[in-house]
Amino acid sequence: MKARAFSYFRAATIDQALDAHARAGDDARFIAGGQSLVPALSLRLQAPRLLIDITHIDELRGVRREGSYLRIGALTRHCEMLTEALIAESAPLLHVAAPFVAHPAIRNRGTIGGSVALADPASEFPAMTLALDAEIEIVGPSGRRRVKADDFFIDLFETAMQPGELIAAIHVPLFRADQRFAFDELARRRGDYALVGCGIMATCQGSRVEDIRISFFSVGNTPTRVKGAERALIGARLDVERIAAAQRALECDLAPPEGDEVPPAMRLHLARVLLGRLLGRLGEGA
Amino acid sequence: MSGFDETLLGEADETVRVRFVVNGRKVACEVAPRETLVDCLREKLELTGTHAGCEMGACGACLVQLDGRAVHSCLIFAVQADGARIDTIEGLSESGVIADLQAEFHRRNALQCGFCTPGMLVNAEELLSRVAQPSREQIRDALSGNYCRCTGYEAIIDAIDAVAKARGGGVTT
Repeated sequence: MKARAFSYFRAATIDQALDAHARAGDDARFIAGGQSLVPALSLRLQAPRLLIDITHIDELRGVRREGSYLRIGALTRHCEMLTEALIAESAPLLHVAAPFVAHPAIRNRGTIGGSVALADPASEFPAMTLALDAEIEIVGPSGRRRVKADDFFIDLFETAMQPGELIAAIHVPLFRADQRFAFDELARRRGDYALVGCGIMATCQGSRVEDIRISFFSVGNTPTRVKGAERALIGARLDVERIAAAQRALECDLAPPEGDEVPPAMRLHLARVLLGRLLGRLGEGA
Repeated sequence: MSGFDETLLGEADETVRVRFVVNGRKVACEVAPRETLVDCLREKLELTGTHAGCEMGACGACLVQLDGRAVHSCLIFAVQADGARIDTIEGLSESGVIADLQAEFHRRNALQCGFCTPGMLVNAEELLSRVAQPSREQIRDALSGNYCRCTGYEAIIDAIDAVAKARGGGVTT
């Protein structure tokens, strides 16, 4: 199918983009990589009057250290997660998750800002912002603010963003020497949507877990932190008993939806298997 | 200061002029904003080697190089590519940069109906330009977004593997 007719405006600055959105009576969409938006337009799931191209706004670009955070500009493409040395070094969880995002040609266009703003519950990067305790920098008509990933994902494709707002950057706490991370997903075919996926960031003192953030995707309406499993691990060593306790906690942490082609019990089972594997890997790194 | 012309909103289907460098040649054409790059290439520029398959980024038949990177031309509106360099299968064929890939695909029957082949070649060329000696696993991964309904993929992977080795100075099998 073809998209419904729309007007197109290429913004050079954030102010221009916000202004155009307001003047279209908010019947507008920002487009960056467009790898999810263009299919949605082609299928007429969305049909705005105006498309505002934000890919030529310099302020939304670039990766750099700012204090104890890595600022990843919203226009940073998925392929850059693989090639940008600063990301591999300071936000390695994004680097290892990137090869699992769609296919190479999609990664050449898709952007981190777009992925997080869409908040697809089956996407890798939104879930990783939760594991990383990242902050999302939002700009809009009422100014600029930073929202913790924990407060960003509200419901299915619903986030803390208001109409007319856009993401300027993702701020990720710099990776530290006392941290460990792990990522993996289970999918029927490589590049397919994950049946279950998970990313973990842990702070360790020797083999003892000081702090841990475990984030799942493809398990419900939003990317999901499993706080019961985290509590089962904090202050403990990553031994077989503790890992089993964390796996058991998933039953309370997760409530996969009914009516899906993957039954909830199977998804929960896969989540347990995946968590066991990832914690095992983290433990071996001790 | 805004640069946004509100009269735009009343003229949604009005065509706009875009310019690209396509296969090394400067071209300009009139497109409606909703026209995808694949439609523009095929219908306006009559470059029909780029195929429109699923038109939602799943099948990989429409891959072209945009500023040197393989992208789905069905997932970009032509207006977004205004000012970009675009290389299609026609350009890659004529310049000879993929002649070895084409010969190897032919030799190994890595195509039957040929619908997917332009996308396969664009993707293979990008892979070999970034990774000199990809493993079979890396080749499979690179092609994970390219559907072929005829060959079962093995011959395609064999062909790319053979070209990678030949380009690296090794011996083809």
